[in-house]
Amino acid sequence: MTMTGERDWPLYEVFIRSRQGLSHVHAGSLHAADERMAIENARDVYTRRGEGGSIWVVRSDRITASAPADKGELFDPADSKVYRHPTFYDVPDDVECL
Amino acid sequence: MGSGVAQKHDRAADPALLETVLRLGDNALILGHELSRWTSNAATVELDIALANQALDLIGQARLLLDYAGRLEGKGRNEDDLAFGRDAWDFRNVLLVELPRGDFARTILRQFFYALWAEGFYDALRQSADETLSAIAGKSAKEMAYHVRHAGEWVVRLGDGTEESHGRLAAALAELWPYTHELFMADATDEAMVAAGIIPDVAALRPAWEQGVGDAVARAGLAMPDDPWQPEGGRRGVHSEHLGYILAEMQHLPRMYPGGKW
Repeated sequence: MTMTGERDWPLYEVFIRSRQGLSHVHAGSLHAADERMAIENARDVYTRRGEGGSIWVVRSDRITASAPADKGELFDPADSKVYRHPTFYDVPDDVECL
Repeated sequence: MGSGVAQKHDRAADPALLETVLRLGDNALILGHELSRWTSNAATVELDIALANQALDLIGQARLLLDYAGRLEGKGRNEDDLAFGRDAWDFRNVLLVELPRGDFARTILRQFFYALWAEGFYDALRQSADETLSAIAGKSAKEMAYHVRHAGEWVVRLGDGTEESHGRLAAALAELWPYTHELFMADATDEAMVAAGIIPDVAALRPAWEQGVGDAVARAGLAMPDDPWQPEGGRRGVHSEHLGYILAEMQHLPRMYPGGKW
């Protein structure tokens, strides 16, 4: 890992879906020269133990994130809305992944 | 592969089958060992893991094949005995896999040459009249298909990359190309196994391999070498000096402490 400056490969975020029906979950990040290499690197780094069924990669600098400073106005108002939680009915035991 | 001509074959008594299994197992073992030497030395951690994964695939194939060879031989030798207890003249791998790994371009081009050959061979070997080989082929063909994809991408990237990487790949191509012919040579052992429906005829696999190599070489911006030299010998136990050094490193610990466990 001796590359420096502008010759560094860009960073990619990796999302793995372990099986049909589940969502892609953030697995980590890695460096790659382009999208194709990012998929292959993700396969080698994050699916070595059978975790994978599908891989998404996206360049980290393409992600728009919420600002930590906005945390209060964005998220605190939800705290007092208990009626939004689906706790007022029973989920059958057989329903997984809900 | 024969068209239903797979009559009952007395496997255990057939030295040609043992020879064939050793050739396949030794190719995987020596190439896997050579590739494993990149571990902790690759340019990026992602590449490091990729090469280590592929080395492990090859060692895994070698274990299955050498385990089978030990059973065919019937002298009570297991996969470890065959890997660590034989001398260079007992090994049956092609010369290509024992050449020094060289720089990354040479390593990756050798992986590409071998993996493309092995993918085609194992894919056809699924139809083998020998159930054990057929089962090993099913697992191995998928692994080799990924190796082809990974190495093939890198061949194009290196050829199409900087002046430095292009030059290194061109040198690797000139160096390795003569050694690829041995992958497609067939002797009496091969002919007997092909006739028995146990292995595919490598001559039939060659056009697809040459096309795959030609495509990658063209995309890498290189020209196919025009070198008539066709070194061979590994498949009958006549090796280059390089194998001796590989075995010295690979075998010295098990030979110092036979049966040692840790």
